[in-house]
Amino acid sequence: MTTMRQAFVETVNDEIAADPRIAVVTAVISSNEFPQENERVVDVGIREQTMVGVASGLALAGLRPVVHSYAPFLVERPYEQIKLDIGHQDVGAVFVSIGASYDDPAWGRTHQSPGDVALFDTLPGWTVHVPGHPDEVTPLLQRALKDDNRVYMRLSLHENTQAYPVGGGFTTVRHGKRGVVLAVGPMLDRVLKAVDSENADVTVLYAATVRPFDANGLRTAVQNTDHADVMVVEPYLEGTSSHLVSETLQQIPHRIRSTGVKRHAELRNYGTAEDHDAAHDLDVVGLGSAVRSFFRG
Amino acid sequence: MTGDEKHEWAAASTIDVLWVLYDKVLNVTPATADDPDRDRFLLSKGHGPMAYYAVLAEKGFIDESTLDDWTSWDSPLGQHPDRVLVRGAEISSGSLGHGLPIAVGTALGQRVAGSRGRTFVLVGDGELDEGSNHEAIAVAARLQVANLTAIVIDNQSAMYGWPGGIARRFAVEGWQTAEIDGRDHEAVFTALTAPHDRPYAVVAKIEKSC
Repeated sequence: MTTMRQAFVETVNDEIAADPRIAVVTAVISSNEFPQENERVVDVGIREQTMVGVASGLALAGLRPVVHSYAPFLVERPYEQIKLDIGHQDVGAVFVSIGASYDDPAWGRTHQSPGDVALFDTLPGWTVHVPGHPDEVTPLLQRALKDDNRVYMRLSLHENTQAYPVGGGFTTVRHGKRGVVLAVGPMLDRVLKAVDSENADVTVLYAATVRPFDANGLRTAVQNTDHADVMVVEPYLEGTSSHLVSETLQQIPHRIRSTGVKRHAELRNYGTAEDHDAAHDLDVVGLGSAVRSFFRG
Repeated sequence: MTGDEKHEWAAASTIDVLWVLYDKVLNVTPATADDPDRDRFLLSKGHGPMAYYAVLAEKGFIDESTLDDWTSWDSPLGQHPDRVLVRGAEISSGSLGHGLPIAVGTALGQRVAGSRGRTFVLVGDGELDEGSNHEAIAVAARLQVANLTAIVIDNQSAMYGWPGGIARRFAVEGWQTAEIDGRDHEAVFTALTAPHDRPYAVVAKIEKSC
């Protein structure tokens, strides 16, 4: 079965052969997946700040750089380079990460990046994709490679059982009257199981793209329910999109429940991703409890 | 121009090199500022840009009348240059340690495009403290980016200096190097037009007493 990372590599390698604008910049991680003999494939060694700086220079010279690494090394370590070398220079690039919030928890905190989307959220002009299935990666990436904008794509080992159409705003997966649950990327399957287990009469929206935020899609979904109650389930830092939900519903008295990786303490545990899901109440049991308490009455 | 006395020395340190670059070395004019084959000059040492703006004005990239009200609300000229606002500015700069890695990228991009354009980047010796520069110094040599020239304005601002001199730091990674008097226009010109088949660092020494 193809993983999101494999879909990313295959798509980039197909496109780099066809489009002379595309370049790839890596810092060792995954570099062997790309044709090193191609002069548009640049590996800078374990130098993430320079990885982003070089990508900026390539973009300034008219190329479309794809920048790739493990999430903390792609986003957190060179964050100022992302802000200044990409954003402030007003150039575009496609950043693609693996690792997500805690795909490999045995490696501990160094390889966890629950704050990546929140960091991009501090910067204007970024499109953020959080695909939930490998088949969603290719169309999102193909579109990104053709554009000139700034794109962050967050890949994960965790995925839903089926792909949904992407690129056109939130997708309504389930209709209900008690409220709305917005499930982001790989959270969808477990959200549906939690909602079903609680017999909750709620609408479920699916988002593989969270920036730009589909305000119209959320507003319409809320208007078609009896209660303006919105639960947001994100696979990264809890509350990352809450400000946009509030902004979207500012004319409507509403309630929000933000669910995601908890902020209150650093988990100093290893184990499995499923262990971490449970610790953050992002498993079916935890989400079911959140659905039950939030949509009560 | 007044209003950035804190960085007056930074501007005074760069003025001679900037003038020689734009007057005699760079293949770029206001008319070719968007030409893919132009030479690109990246001012990494973006603080104290008064000298840079003055040279850009003298060469017609920006209107001289904009110099007097720099840093005002409507002015395109800030204490750190913004490439979106300043015609001829290749990068927005001011935060230290960004220009050299970006310059590696622009030089690579020129090479990929088969362009005859070259990339010149100006950094300060204090700025070299930033680790990102040392990533880029190593990478530029490994990738054999021969169309890249780094000019280091050595006005002895680095807190701890560089054992054996700044040029040695570049040379050990495989760069061609030169050391010159940064006030001597003829020496600056000769150094910046010297042939090189690998990345090239020119250390322009500026005496504090000047």
